[in-house]
Amino acid sequence: MTSIKQELRHASKATREDVFGKVITYCCVAVIAVLVISILYFIASRGIATFTVNHVSLWSFISQTSWNPGLLDAHGQPQIGALAMMVTSFTVTILAAIIATPFALAVALYMTEIAPNRGARILQPVIELLVGIPSVVYGFIGLTVVVPYIRHLFGGTGMGILAGTLVLFVMILPTVTTLSVDALNALPGYLRDASLALGATRWQTIHKVLLRAATPRLLTAVIFGMARAFGEALAVQMVIGNAVLMPHGLVTPTATLTSQLTTQIGNTVMGTLPNNALWSLALVLLVMSLIFNLLIRFIGKRGQLS
Amino acid sequence: MATYDLTAHHIIEPGGPIALSTEKLQVFYGRQQAIFDATLNFPANQITALIGASGSGKSTYLRSLNRMNDKVARVTGKIMYQETNINDRTINVYAVRRHLGMVFQRPNPFAKSIYDNLTFALKATGIKSRTILDDRVEQSLKEAALWEEVKEDLHKSALALSGGQQQRLCIARALATQPEILLLDEPASALDPISTAKIEVTLKRLVERYTIIIVTHNMQQAARLSSYTAFLHLGHLIEFDKTPTIFQNPEMTATQDYITGNFG
Amino acid sequence: MTPTRLDKVATKVIEVFVACVVLILLFLLSTILIQGVPHLSWHFLTSPSQSFAAGGGIVDQLFNSLYLLVLTLLISLPLAIGSAVYLNEYASDNWLTGLLRTAIEVLSSLPSVVVGLFGYLLFVIHFHFGFSILSGAIALTFFNLPLLTRSIEGALAAISDTQREAGLALGLSAWRTIRGVILPAALPGIVTGVILSAGRVFGEAAALIYTAGQSAPVVNYTNWNPLSSDSFLNPMRPAETLAVHIWKVNTEGVTPDAVSISAGASAVLIIVILLFNFLARLIGRHLYRKMTGNSNK
Ligand SMILES: Nc1ncnc2c1ncn2[C@@H]1O[C@H](COP(=O)(O)OP(=O)(O)OP(=O)(O)O)[C@@H](O)[C@H]1O
Ligand SMILES: [Mg+2]
Repeated sequence: MTSIKQELRHASKATREDVFGKVITYCCVAVIAVLVISILYFIASRGIATFTVNHVSLWSFISQTSWNPGLLDAHGQPQIGALAMMVTSFTVTILAAIIATPFALAVALYMTEIAPNRGARILQPVIELLVGIPSVVYGFIGLTVVVPYIRHLFGGTGMGILAGTLVLFVMILPTVTTLSVDALNALPGYLRDASLALGATRWQTIHKVLLRAATPRLLTAVIFGMARAFGEALAVQMVIGNAVLMPHGLVTPTATLTSQLTTQIGNTVMGTLPNNALWSLALVLLVMSLIFNLLIRFIGKRGQLS
Repeated sequence: MATYDLTAHHIIEPGGPIALSTEKLQVFYGRQQAIFDATLNFPANQITALIGASGSGKSTYLRSLNRMNDKVARVTGKIMYQETNINDRTINVYAVRRHLGMVFQRPNPFAKSIYDNLTFALKATGIKSRTILDDRVEQSLKEAALWEEVKEDLHKSALALSGGQQQRLCIARALATQPEILLLDEPASALDPISTAKIEVTLKRLVERYTIIIVTHNMQQAARLSSYTAFLHLGHLIEFDKTPTIFQNPEMTATQDYITGNFG
Repeated sequence: MTPTRLDKVATKVIEVFVACVVLILLFLLSTILIQGVPHLSWHFLTSPSQSFAAGGGIVDQLFNSLYLLVLTLLISLPLAIGSAVYLNEYASDNWLTGLLRTAIEVLSSLPSVVVGLFGYLLFVIHFHFGFSILSGAIALTFFNLPLLTRSIEGALAAISDTQREAGLALGLSAWRTIRGVILPAALPGIVTGVILSAGRVFGEAAALIYTAGQSAPVVNYTNWNPLSSDSFLNPMRPAETLAVHIWKVNTEGVTPDAVSISAGASAVLIIVILLFNFLARLIGRHLYRKMTGNSNK
């Protein structure tokens, strides 16, 4: 009898196991948290050195187009204008999203509304395979197939925004599609049934009811795709031409933030202005990624409310 | 639904030794109170049935007894077991749950072999000897009336058993750790009549060695099995008496209406 | 146009778009395989690469890719399992949990080049690891962690709460229930997630070019001492992977047969990744059947 009472009153192996389990798993998430904070901190502190240590003006960084961190301009100021790269980055991102969206929506609708069983069975592996192809392989195909074709059609080198857009379009297609499928699947079945019962055709139902109801989540799907496109480095770098010039058309060589980073960071010396300037580009990427994240959250919240 | 006086109740003192009792037990899910001032003595080595309409708080009450509601609900009041209030922060809940075994409505065997299902908890308490483990497996399977059916393939996946067998395995699993009290929450509601009958026979035999508290929706089952019955209504313990009294001559109108089916 | 007619047209349009996507995939796969497979030979797979001459192979890159993959999984798997267990089993629904989830989301949405640059800054430069397999594996861990954590969390969440209750009701600690019941039950899902993430890690290059480096020094495949500088196991040596190799021969333009090498290497990459995907399915299904079926010993 007393032994049972003792047992009830005292901690046991199980008590210690639970403390242990909590501590050890907590440490694991803490590692991730510390990691994220240090990424933000290190990239930010490097990235702002251009402005705080080298006293480059933030305004000229975002409004000038000449990028020659090693050289001074007529006013004795270093030429650190990232506008051209930002414009290119945004252009390829937006164009890729514009092209990918109808394809992604079509595939998602086909998988959820038009042929839910057969369609999903065939298209699911298609999407998974598209995700599986590494970005350097996309870049390589862009370089050996897309670029020559563009060169053939439009002359010049064939490199530039058009080639970058086409490569990115295929790369973000699976992301946008998968999330769109989720968005459509999350719609309550009664929406569909009610609309069809009222005599609406399938397309009317899709167009007037389903797409409308799923709009917030579809929008986040597209933004996820844009985030991926904006941050993609190597595939774009292989086909964009890598000339830091304001793009004059879709088929002239230019450079994105990521392409400039990947090609140049190895050629500069830590702590020098040209190096700091590149870290500033990385900071822009980081900030944009956070902004995309915020946008997704914001739209997600709005979607839940309505 | 007819309204009854929820403060009025009729609760007798069972004869003989008491295995477990609650004093002014209250359970809250957030702000919502699910059990009000439940004071009750559970007789040792008897089957006590908890009956009541859906949502009356039977599961809530039962799960509070072995502290399964710790993370889900706030439970105040006393639960006395072995002269100890086990509803206390300083109490070792793992020990509590080993002494108050529990079987759930849906059979929930682990995705392991039959043998591992039964020995997993034993190994966790440090029992390593193969002979002890084998003995316990055989003994608890026999107690749960499953031994004859599975003794040939103890290493088969438990998920390959039928629903009724799985539930008896869950009973055996609860018995393997040698508890004193067995809490069962509608253990037969997901089963066919034959499996149900087997489980009832099993429980009848077990009561010689264990104190059993069983939640059931099935009045016949309560009448067949239990020697005491408690009736809950909207979180209030309305009546507790010997089972024949409850079913033939209840004190409270609510009980009367419930067992005659004139409820709501 | 009548609604019915519009419906027919719209359906056709959708079908055309879908057909395009399927064709794009078929085109990609066939291009890679048709361009690449003819270049695959025993010689290609087993001889070292050449920078300025034709006829180089990919043996070191292939090994580096696999070695990095193994190291990355060794580091990221325990961390990911721990984090997933915390988030799915222990975490209560409060602001701290929300913050941790946000952190993981932020990490998963960071461009891999940024993650790679962080690895470069911290490990290559700051901790003086230099361009090394270790730096690369850590960078890949950062890249892999959020995705792996999320997929494992999903596998855990798919396990019914009745299993957890069963464990608790036996007087087991939550930790023992997790280790002994929940994790094994989630194993098919976890294994699938790990193999799929292995595919991603295997093809990743942007996080590696400034961490594991872009050179594949000659190593001795018979030297099993990881501390020795020419050992193939030495984690402190630079290690160009297959994916990085494809990128490098295409951007530097000094290797005469860059196109055929990239084609061959791309084919290898794709074949390995297809194999991973296939294995993920196969093993996941096998484990699942083994746990629930009759043939369990
Ligand atoms: N986890 C929970 N969170 C919030 N409220 C709960 C929870 N579980 C039960 N409740 C509420 O507590 C009350 C009692 O529920 P309980 O499950 O105990 O009823 P019951 O008598 O077992 O019913 P049934 O016969 O249907 O099993 C109900 O109003 C229910 O909605
Ligand atoms: Mg219940």
